[in-house]
Amino acid sequence: MARQDPKKEVVIVGLGWTGAIMGMELAEEGLEILALERGPDRRTVPEMKYPEMIDELSQGERHKMMQRPSQSTITIRRDLHETALPMRKWGSFLLGNGVGGSGVHWNGQNWRPQPVEMGLRSYVTDRWGAAIIPEDMTIGDYPVTYDNLEPFFDRFEYVAGISGIAGNLNGEIREGGNPFEGWRSRDYPMPALPVTYNGAKFAEAARAMGYHPFPRPGGNASTSYVNEYGMQMGACNFCGFCERYGCYQYSKSSPQTTILAALFRKPNFSYRTGAEVLRVEMAADGLTATGVTYFDEDTGEEVFQPADIVILAAYQIENVRLMLISGIGQPYDPATGKGVTGKNYGYQITGSTSMFFRDEHFNPFVGSGINGVCIDDFGMNAIDFGAEGFIGGAYISSAQTNGQPIRSMPLPENTPEWGAGWKSAIAEWYGHEMSISHHASVMSYRGHYCDLDPTYRDRHGRPLMRITFDWHPNELRLNAFLQEKIEALARTMQPDLMKSSYKDFDSRYDVRPYQTTHNTGGAIMSQTPEGGPLNRYLQAWDKHNVFVTGAGAFVQNTQYNPTGLVGGLAYWAADAIRRQYLRNPGPLV
Amino acid sequence: MTAPPQNPKPHFPLSHPGRRQFLRVSAASFAAAGLWPSTVAAQDMPPLKDYPRAWLTENEWVFVLAAVARLIPSDGEGPGAIEARVPVFIDRELAGDFGAATDWYMEGPHQPDAPPELGWQSPLSPADIYRAAIPLFDEWCVSRHGTAFADLDAAMQDEALTALEGGDVPLPPELRDFFDILLTNTKEGYFSDPIHGGNHGMAAWVHIGFPGARAHYREWVGRHNIPYPLGPVSISGERA
Repeated sequence: MARQDPKKEVVIVGLGWTGAIMGMELAEEGLEILALERGPDRRTVPEMKYPEMIDELSQGERHKMMQRPSQSTITIRRDLHETALPMRKWGSFLLGNGVGGSGVHWNGQNWRPQPVEMGLRSYVTDRWGAAIIPEDMTIGDYPVTYDNLEPFFDRFEYVAGISGIAGNLNGEIREGGNPFEGWRSRDYPMPALPVTYNGAKFAEAARAMGYHPFPRPGGNASTSYVNEYGMQMGACNFCGFCERYGCYQYSKSSPQTTILAALFRKPNFSYRTGAEVLRVEMAADGLTATGVTYFDEDTGEEVFQPADIVILAAYQIENVRLMLISGIGQPYDPATGKGVTGKNYGYQITGSTSMFFRDEHFNPFVGSGINGVCIDDFGMNAIDFGAEGFIGGAYISSAQTNGQPIRSMPLPENTPEWGAGWKSAIAEWYGHEMSISHHASVMSYRGHYCDLDPTYRDRHGRPLMRITFDWHPNELRLNAFLQEKIEALARTMQPDLMKSSYKDFDSRYDVRPYQTTHNTGGAIMSQTPEGGPLNRYLQAWDKHNVFVTGAGAFVQNTQYNPTGLVGGLAYWAADAIRRQYLRNPGPLV
Repeated sequence: MTAPPQNPKPHFPLSHPGRRQFLRVSAASFAAAGLWPSTVAAQDMPPLKDYPRAWLTENEWVFVLAAVARLIPSDGEGPGAIEARVPVFIDRELAGDFGAATDWYMEGPHQPDAPPELGWQSPLSPADIYRAAIPLFDEWCVSRHGTAFADLDAAMQDEALTALEGGDVPLPPELRDFFDILLTNTKEGYFSDPIHGGNHGMAAWVHIGFPGARAHYREWVGRHNIPYPLGPVSISGERA
């Protein structure tokens, strides 16, 4: 029989970036808050300390920081006719686990979306007419504009401690930054990091082509920094163990380095680890939630935690699954296009070209999560969709994040995978390679969605979430366009050898190689209750005391890494709760 | 799980030319003679034959020694998988969480013949795949060449591994990833930190120029196109 714990005013599901933001913002209101985190506690010391943390086998290969698929995973199929099968071990993406969530193991690459991405359907329709939108493409306008969100992007960047160079300061284009970005009300809180040799070479080649290179913005501190909560960061030392690792020296933006210690000092905030929320419980009238039921790992029992406000702040996948399991929003049906929860699942498409320079030294182990130089000359607002025959864009970059040899061993075309030829090639080419890659948008489609798997269940007997997703010709055309641009740029650099790795027009989604942990949609925000399960304040249309943060809210994915928009939306929603909802609980729209 | 074996003596840098006088490694000859190379270098290491195995049986051990010796051979510059003690790594991994697929979702139903792009669908754990696949591969070697893999000469071993890699050795679908796991584990054992049993003396890191756990390069960010001069350190503080 379920235990029932004393009521809280707010219960937060998941203590990653958005759980920490919501916790802090609502704690400022004096509310009694409990955050429930499925995984273990994680602190810089002892859990992330040097040198144990920087063990490529344990973290990079065995994913010890991540959610274990044995706890819960997803099933995947590429179309409505395929049988979805479980992702039994991680590949294409890596879901976080424990306090800090994916905010612990990310690289820190932090971007804002472009203004045109927020109003994408209108932008495309106004410029080229609705006829260029493929029949099955379900893109829309976000029910919130870039201008609405600007103060909240700014807030997140100043809390998280982002390094970079503003390219557009209140409309004024500035040398050295990204001239294609949306306006910023002020510069980044920290200057950009210096760049390694690959970045300098790329910048020079890009400039010669007439492009506009700039250092990648993100959450690796370039200097010492103290944020509004008094949290301190130290300058990144380019250790070369960023993504998949916790930062051992307080340099990577994470809930741990920028929010949590300050939040834990609030007497009205508490959290539990080993507390996996199983479902949101509903009032008899179905109009509000009464709290959540979670599984307590310590006692092995189910616990009902009553609360006035429920905030789902887990990762996109678990948030959408909890909504489907709990009946928040009507489940989406791809056959009719009706229903909202699970709609518009999105991802990211990537590709890259390696360049080998026999006599040059890149020292690839000198890396940080954001280290690199980018161009946005082929971004959403710079491409003529009508002329090119696709809708989408990308930033192109030359990164150097790590030289960890198990996973980061690019070798020229036709190098044997093993034997004497492989053994001599690794010595010949390690450290003599740099790459250029693209990171591109993925639009929403009628047949790309999330629902509950009919067959596979987790250890609590709940259905796994099923993702139906494949590459669409629109993205494959974008990818081919970007390949041509990158290879042309790479050739000007005159490498000894080049090797390209891009999807071709027959490519289907392959869950095995790591791509990005940028899963979006399924809990999209919408102007109307028919368009998505959340309104513009991330409030569930049909359960006004349920708010859902994270990239599930993305109407379609942007061309950028999602965290900047995730953080901005969390502060935006927190502001609406603080200023409107607490005074007058009910639908905000 | 068996406690990791401790090296009785400090490591030495395998990259030192005077230390590289290994006999050409042929696992077949070890297996046949029950002997191991008797160079100075080899004597400094705890011999692989005395290694207290945690998972692999005698026959599996003989196979793994022979197979990794072809996947990363000893001849030429740099250590082979044998000098890097990759078999020790593989045995330890198979005895642990990885081998048992402890962290993976292993609930049925299973469709091991699903399209490969849908990822691991075998009902077997990696350790069970080694256990089931090695005898089948050896049987194939016997039927094709008259002898088990470990007793083939190096050229025939390479040919057999190529057939295995190319899917030309008939294995049931639940074992179809065997070569991939074996190769991945071999490279993991070669390149991972020595705390996991392989990459003995960090020789694989020396071979390619990876400084291991140094992990502090701020002053090197702006030193463009200059080779980094320092050798590796390991998590437990060894230097090479």
